[in-house]
Order: sequence, then structure tokens, then C-alpha cells
Amino acid sequence: MKVKVSTKILLAFVVLGVVLVITEVLGLSPIALLEAALLAMTPLALAAMGESINQKAGLVNIGLEGIFLITAVAGVYGAVEANNGIVGLLFGVIVGALIGLLFGVLSVYGKADQIIVGIGINVFAIGFVPYFMMSTWGFPGIYIPPKEVLVPPLPIPVMRISGITLLAITLGILLHLMLHKTPLGLRILAAGETPEALDVAGIRVDYVRIFTAILSGALTGLGGAFMPLCWFGGIVKEISAGRGFIALACLVSAGLEPLLAMSFAFIFGFAEGLAYTVAVTPGIKEAIPYHLVLMIPYITTLAVVTAFIGKRRFPKAAGTPYTRE
Amino acid sequence: MEKTFIASSKVIQPLLHSGLALIIGLIAGALLMIIYGYNPILAYTALFRGAFGGMAEFAETLSFAIPLMLTGITFAIGVKAGLFNIGAEGQVYIGALGAVLAGAFLHLPFGVHVAVTTIFAMILGALWSIGPALLKIWRGVHEVISTIMFNWIAFYLTMYFALYHLAEPGRAEKTVSVLETARYSVLMPGASLTSVIFISAAFCVVIYLFLTITKAGYELKLLGANPDAAKYAGVNAKRVILSSFIIGGLAAGLAGATQIIGRPPTWALYGTLGNVMGLGFDGIGVALIGRNNPIGVIIAAIFLGALKNGGRYMEYSAGVYSELVGAINGLIIIALAVPEVMALIRRHFKRYKP
Repeated sequence: MKVKVSTKILLAFVVLGVVLVITEVLGLSPIALLEAALLAMTPLALAAMGESINQKAGLVNIGLEGIFLITAVAGVYGAVEANNGIVGLLFGVIVGALIGLLFGVLSVYGKADQIIVGIGINVFAIGFVPYFMMSTWGFPGIYIPPKEVLVPPLPIPVMRISGITLLAITLGILLHLMLHKTPLGLRILAAGETPEALDVAGIRVDYVRIFTAILSGALTGLGGAFMPLCWFGGIVKEISAGRGFIALACLVSAGLEPLLAMSFAFIFGFAEGLAYTVAVTPGIKEAIPYHLVLMIPYITTLAVVTAFIGKRRFPKAAGTPYTRE
Repeated sequence: MEKTFIASSKVIQPLLHSGLALIIGLIAGALLMIIYGYNPILAYTALFRGAFGGMAEFAETLSFAIPLMLTGITFAIGVKAGLFNIGAEGQVYIGALGAVLAGAFLHLPFGVHVAVTTIFAMILGALWSIGPALLKIWRGVHEVISTIMFNWIAFYLTMYFALYHLAEPGRAEKTVSVLETARYSVLMPGASLTSVIFISAAFCVVIYLFLTITKAGYELKLLGANPDAAKYAGVNAKRVILSSFIIGGLAAGLAGATQIIGRPPTWALYGTLGNVMGLGFDGIGVALIGRNNPIGVIIAAIFLGALKNGGRYMEYSAGVYSELVGAINGLIIIALAVPEVMALIRRHFKRYKP
């Protein structure tokens, strides 16, 4: 029997609901859990949505992890220099967009092996980030910026929620409409499926792909800067902790649909929120070792991808450079 | 005449591309030094002296190269089969954990103990690689995602055991040290090079022979080069994928073991995993620089080992933080991914053709 994706998603949310009820019974705070889930969801959703559009256009950038790392330090650097958290977030967006542009140029004009470029971005970031932190702040592993430069959550009662989270959800809807209801969206889809046809129609395939590469980089950059400025309040050199790859898991499970990718980001965010909440809850934190709790997001990711990947169809031209005849 | 030209260009062009990528990486690294106010000439001189300045320095460079050639094999054998296996990192942790377990808690005679510990670590590394392989074969889960998830699970699992079950009493920052009988012998006083280098190099050579003279090796390369042709030739893709992952896991497990039973002075695993961290990702660059050829991988490992070893002297005498070497490695990988770099050289040479 074939189970529809929407049914599976619905099922997943039912499971989440049950978990919420259980947490209530166990004496955990469901509000705290939801807050943690929404925070963890935001960078995943931003990167997954941007990159799913990039892959729809035929580019595969697996360097999201590296972009997260670099834009996280860039965001903190911008925020500290300007003494303003919003400027820091914008700085993250710009640096992310530039890395996206570089990836796009190498892939489209350099006809590079896109997977290898992505791996290169990740390896570069692992070395560059501690080097940058050492050169700039004199300590390689960790930096806590002054509290004033952090971006506070929205001033609403009941729940702590970041404006960027709401922005991410809005963007999800907008990107979905852009992809499926506008001429630009049609061109993006064509660039990934039949670039020759797009070319014959007089649209430059290279421009479309460079655009999506920049979009993907910029959104991932916002997610990267979000982590230290809106979430953790500081930066460690491994701040992204595999989230770039969890974002890839989101978009692969979602078959490159931005809105679905966002739903998956929420599921993974929930798993992470659960891990953090469990890790600090008295009574539970003594029973289950901290390090084993921290595995929850990664095990969830594996389980969800395995369950959802099924017979997903990916764009025909994904990962291959387009050469004009 | 024509034939020999093609044969030589088949060897020389990849060498040129690797060489050019190294130069691009080093120049970009120099720019990164200048931006942050360091003197690149001073830094690279220190790096070179630290890596090749004398016999002890060179021995230390070789010592750094040992795990890199093995994790390089992990990635290379994946690429040969058409896979992007970036799971060496986690398999190294698990291999190191296995080496601590077998090396510290088994009591065996000299010689046997070293062999058993080495093999145990390799098997654990291989077991850890089977998860992503099966997910790939059964469900088509992309190995880039699954291997990274397994890396992080291995990270917390290994750390958990190192901190809570294997920690040395009174010195919680490291595990208990392996017994004397489980250690490879130090080859030179003053350097951390041990006889494990022979095992590692032999492993690479065995993989080279496997790829060049065995039927299984040929099938593996065929699947990577042309999956359709492999299908028509009757190659069992699932079995090839599994074997590629397992060989990669054996190599990475051995790499983890080399840092525990083949490297003085600790003979133990740090609770932070500091002495095994990053080795898996370094291997990706090593494989690509070595053009995914096991012999090329050995040479590339010595090059990156020199950067890592010399990097410490660079930090000491020029003040450039040694993590920059990792960034340079990333830039080299990016330069190697772009075939147009090579096309540029080709066009340049064509211009001078009669």
C-alpha cells in the first residue's frame, strides 16, 4: 500500500502532539519545548528552502554546513563592529550570498564537480572559522559577544519567539508561490528539468542558476547568523553541529518542495528541542547520560530520511553543468 | 609517437592540475594571512623548516601522514565506486575507541596483542560504515547525509565511553593508556613516528593492487565510471557499494588505531577526542590531491602531513594560527573541483604547439 506524503506528514504531527502530551505528563514544560523547537527549526528551514530552490534549478550545493559556520562568525563580527544585531544578521546574509555566488560561478562557468566544491566549502570553513576567531578575538574556540548586540525575541506574551522564525515561515509561503505561480518559478523548474528548452526560449540558463545559487547562500547565511545572534547568544567553532546536513536531509525528504522542507525542518527542530529540553530537565538529566541525549537529532534525521525518501524524483539536470550547443 | 604522447599526458595532466591546485591553495592561504596582518613569507618559511628541516622533523611529518593516507583511502575508494563517502571521521572515532578497548583491557603476549588490537579497531570501523551502506542500498538515502549523521552519533558515543567508562582515574581528560604489549615501536627518539607507518603504507598498496589486478576491483571502478555499463556487464551494484564502504571503514578504523597504539606519548584517547578529530575530513583533500589513486594518496598524505606538522612551527614562530592549514586544504579541494582550471593550462600549452 502506498502512503501519501501528506498522510505521513500528518502522522508525524500527530506523533509530535502525543510527545507534547507525554512531556506535560512527565512534568516538562510544553511551551519551553515548543520554543526550543521553533528556534532549532529556523536555520534548518531557511537553508533547506533556499537550497531546495537551488536544486530545482539544477545546482546541488552540499556546502550548507560550511556556509552556516562562516556566516555564524560573520554575523557575530558584523554585529559587534556595528554594535547592532540586525546589521549582524544582514552581514550574515551578504556573506552567505557571496559564497553562494562563488559556488554558482564555479559550477555554472567553471563546470566544477558541485559535490566536491560543496565538500571544499565545508572543509575550508572547519579550518577558517577557528583561524578567524583567533585572529579577530584572540581565542580560537569560543566567543561571547556583548549582550546588547544580540537580537531579542519579539515582545509578545506567553512565548519567546524570534522575528526571524516568523520571517522564515512567511518566506516559506512566498517561495512556494514564487516557484509554482510565477514565470520566474517556471524558469527555475525548467533550468533543472530541460535547460535546453529554456535556452531555446531565449532565457539564459546561467543567469537563472546564478540567481538561485545566491538565493540559497543568502538564506543559509541568515540561518547561520541566526544561530549565535538570536539563539545561542555566543559562538563556538562547531556551532553548526551538522545542521547543514540536517537541512539537506529536510529538502531531500521533501522532494525539493520548499513548504514541505519547512515542515521537515520543524520535525527535526522538534527533535533537537526535545534533546535540549530533556538534557536540562531535573530528574531526567540524571537518568539518561547527556551525550546520549545529544544523539537524538541525528538519529531522528536518519529515521525520517529513511522513511520519507521513497521514490522521490529529482530534476533531470541536477548536478550537471549546462553547455550551450 | 602519438600513443606515447597520450600516455604521458594522462599522467602529467592530473599531476599538473594537482600541482596548480596546491599553488592556488597556498597563494589563497597567503592572502588570508595578509588580510589578518601576518607575514606569509615568514610563515611559509617556518612551515617548511618545521616540516622538512631535519631528520626528526621529516619523521614527524611522516607520522602526521599516517592517518591521512588511510582516511584518504576511505574517500578515494568511495569515489572509485561512484560514492561520496565522507564517513571516515566517525569511523576514525570508533576505530580509536576499539583500539583503547582492545589495547587496554585484553592481556595478550607481545606481538599478538598489537595485531589483535589493530584488527579489532579496523573491524569496528568497518561495522560503523555498514549503516550508511545499507541505507544507501535499501532506501537510496544519499551517503553524504547518512555518513554525516553517523559521524555525529559516533562523536557523542565515543565521547560518552571515553568520559564515563574508560577515563583514567584521577585524569579525566583522557582514557586509560593501552598496555605496552599493544603499542607499535617508536622508530626514532624525539619524533612520534612508529612502525605503524609500514602497516598503513602496506594497506594502501594492497588497495592499489585490489583496484588494478582483481576482478572485484575492476567491477568497483566500472560501477563508478559508468553505472549503465556495469549493469549490462552483470556487476552486482549493491555488493560493490557495500564492499566499497567496508574497505573504507577498515581504512578509517585503522587510522583511528594509529593515533592510539601507533603514536606516543599518550597512547590513549582524549576525552575531547582532540587527538583524532578532523582526520576524516583531512582525508578528503588527500584523496582528491592524490587523484583517488592509492599511491597518489600516500604522496598527498605526506604533503598534507607536512602542512599540518609545519603548521605548528608556523604558529610558534610566525604567530599564524595553525588551523589555517585546514582552510588551505579546503581551498585546494575547491580548486581541484574545477576542470576549467585544467582547461586553462591546456589552452595555454596549445598556443605554443607548432
